[in-house]
Amino acid sequence: MDFNFTEEQDMVRDGLSRLVREQYDWETRRKAIASAAGWRPEIWAQLAELGILGMPFSEADGGFGGGAVDAMVIMEEFGKGLVVEPFVPTVVCAGGFLKHGGTAAQKEEHIGAIVSGSAIFAFAYAEPKGRFDYADLETTAKKDGSGYVINGHKAVVIGAPWASHLIVTARTGGERRDRSGVSVFVLAKDTPGVTTRDYVTVDGRRASEVYFENVSVGADALIGVEGEGLALIELVTDEAIAATCAEACGAMKVAHAMTVDYSRQRKQFGVPIGSFQVIQHRMVDMYTAYETAVSLTYLATLRLGSDERERKRAVSAAKVGVGQSARLIGQEAVQIHGGNGVTDEYAIGHYFKRLTIFDSEFGNVDHHMKRHVALA
Amino acid sequence: MNLEFSPEEQAFRDEVRAFIAENHPKELGDFGMREDMTREEMVAWHKILGRKGWSVPAWPVEYGGTGWTPTQRYIWSEENARANTFMPLPFGVSMVGPVIYTFGSEEQKAKHLPGIRSGEVWWCQGYSEPGAGSDLASLKTTAVRDGDHYVINGQKTWTTLAQHADWGFFLCRTDPTAKQQEGISFILVDMKTPGVEVKPIKLLDGGYEVNETWLTDVRVPVENLVGVENKGWTYAKFLLAHERSGIAGVARSKRGIEKLRAIAANETAYGEPLIKDFDFARKVSQLEIDLAALEITELRTLAGEQAGKGPGPESSILKIKGTEIQQRLTELTLEAVGNYGAPYMGGVSNDNGSNEHPVGPDYATHAAATYFNMRKTSIYGGSNEIQRNIITKMILGL
Repeated sequence: MDFNFTEEQDMVRDGLSRLVREQYDWETRRKAIASAAGWRPEIWAQLAELGILGMPFSEADGGFGGGAVDAMVIMEEFGKGLVVEPFVPTVVCAGGFLKHGGTAAQKEEHIGAIVSGSAIFAFAYAEPKGRFDYADLETTAKKDGSGYVINGHKAVVIGAPWASHLIVTARTGGERRDRSGVSVFVLAKDTPGVTTRDYVTVDGRRASEVYFENVSVGADALIGVEGEGLALIELVTDEAIAATCAEACGAMKVAHAMTVDYSRQRKQFGVPIGSFQVIQHRMVDMYTAYETAVSLTYLATLRLGSDERERKRAVSAAKVGVGQSARLIGQEAVQIHGGNGVTDEYAIGHYFKRLTIFDSEFGNVDHHMKRHVALA
Repeated sequence: MNLEFSPEEQAFRDEVRAFIAENHPKELGDFGMREDMTREEMVAWHKILGRKGWSVPAWPVEYGGTGWTPTQRYIWSEENARANTFMPLPFGVSMVGPVIYTFGSEEQKAKHLPGIRSGEVWWCQGYSEPGAGSDLASLKTTAVRDGDHYVINGQKTWTTLAQHADWGFFLCRTDPTAKQQEGISFILVDMKTPGVEVKPIKLLDGGYEVNETWLTDVRVPVENLVGVENKGWTYAKFLLAHERSGIAGVARSKRGIEKLRAIAANETAYGEPLIKDFDFARKVSQLEIDLAALEITELRTLAGEQAGKGPGPESSILKIKGTEIQQRLTELTLEAVGNYGAPYMGGVSNDNGSNEHPVGPDYATHAAATYFNMRKTSIYGGSNEIQRNIITKMILGL
């Protein structure tokens, strides 16, 4: 048993922490997310230069040989700064599909481009009526010669406005919600027939509704085995959940620290509100909720390589527990900030918004509680 | 970072598991949850461990500790929970023992440590008073110097299992003029001394495990003072930090959840096993998730300890979360037994001598009593509100 980080992981954390502190300050972030682009490609280029984008790939695949713990370290720092750049869709999701299911040619074509920062991916899995069920798909991919024709509508595809490529899930067989018949494809976003409606999300990111109208792709677009993609999707999204939980931990840590700090500054009845026991104990409960979230994030991250049942139970435990902590900390942080907590000006509200949307990503508390119960 | 035990730790687990299987007295049966035990039953395992040299693992090796790493100690407690052993009580082993070897005289170490290790001598804790609970430093029991003796007068309360105790450690005020925390001394008292009177307090579960302890002109030799006069508060705080470090009870709660699942598989609700009822199953899952988090939090704390950081204010988190989980577990167990939670079978301490078989399933008999009994956990050892005050001060820095 070992809870230590390697020297390299400590260096990654320090480097990212500096980058966020020096180049991702609150005013700069505010301007960037309000700009036409909504993100900063120059930050992405720096992440490539620092080796962050290649961290979770093996050396054989052109990466730096890191793993899930490295992704956790990276995401925690991103969470502290509410970084909007699409690390999870590009590196964790697309990277995960390529690592675990890609052919040699697919890896060759895409991993290098991810590591160098030249390719940005979005993961189009959700649908208007599918909620959190990866198999509840109306999008279809019909065999057409050696390739496929994709039709359908994907919902709230995070990072899609910035993406050069898409990973898309579609039904190649079976009935809606069947475990079998689900397939995964990779394609360029400018493939004819792909259209998007781009928008801003409440937590300052960008997303799209993505429409596929008779989109023809070759056989080489298929990742993994036709009709057997669900297990791969579950593995990759479990990795994405662990990474997203780490991001939430970073955001919670800052939200808690901001709140404690505010309680020192803010005076009412002639004294700092942090001197009131009722406020103190609420902030202690936020702190224990944060520690709970960190522990469950460790558990999920360190169980990603375990057998399927153990992995899923650990990841669902984390998504439930971290989701509950995120809700408590977000709401309490706003409450203790009083009126200032509900203004756009104060940073705390923006942490609250990110922590709120976190719950619905890759399945909310109720969804993962059901999965946890089913695997008991 | 990883959660795997090393081959050496696995071998250690095999060793202690084999030792428990061979040596844990089977005739005493599964006595982890029974509270109607005799003194002999309660110290049986302690005495066996004393002979093996494993009764005080956390102590320094020179005083009889095993030199195990925190991870090994964790494995040890896991294996004991698995076998449902009745572990040595904390009053000697994790409370007064560490105070004596840290602050006591050579004579005190020679006199008292062997009996604590062997399980021969039973200790009790004289801290709380009727007017001094969470505000422990307001205690009023006095010890007045009279020649070679202290004369102690006052009343202690919540003295756990003092009905069996040979010795007690008492916080007494030796300087009534000093600031509250500065006039307190830590004194060892032979419970057979004239003037010591132990009166039972019956608890709401019907059991008898705590007492009022009255001290009337109790004459104690001055050599029973531990450390320096008026410095007792320092030793008391030291002791409380030790007490909290084992308080998470993760391994025991894990076993409790297994039992709960077995009960819920046996109970029927709406024509199906209760555990198939989603409303109930989700509560069990929530408990498991909370416990999984607590386990990692404890392991992280242990890792910190292994790296040389002592048990710090983090142990307050373990206390709060650990007791919340223990309470929730007994609450769900009571829920699980349904109607059979109601029959009163003479309390946990079944002293009516009846041989009549209780009504309802065996696992229901103590469900309510255990639930009532466990309400104490968020009150004792520094109430959970006091733990929040500690975190406020030590971690939030307010």
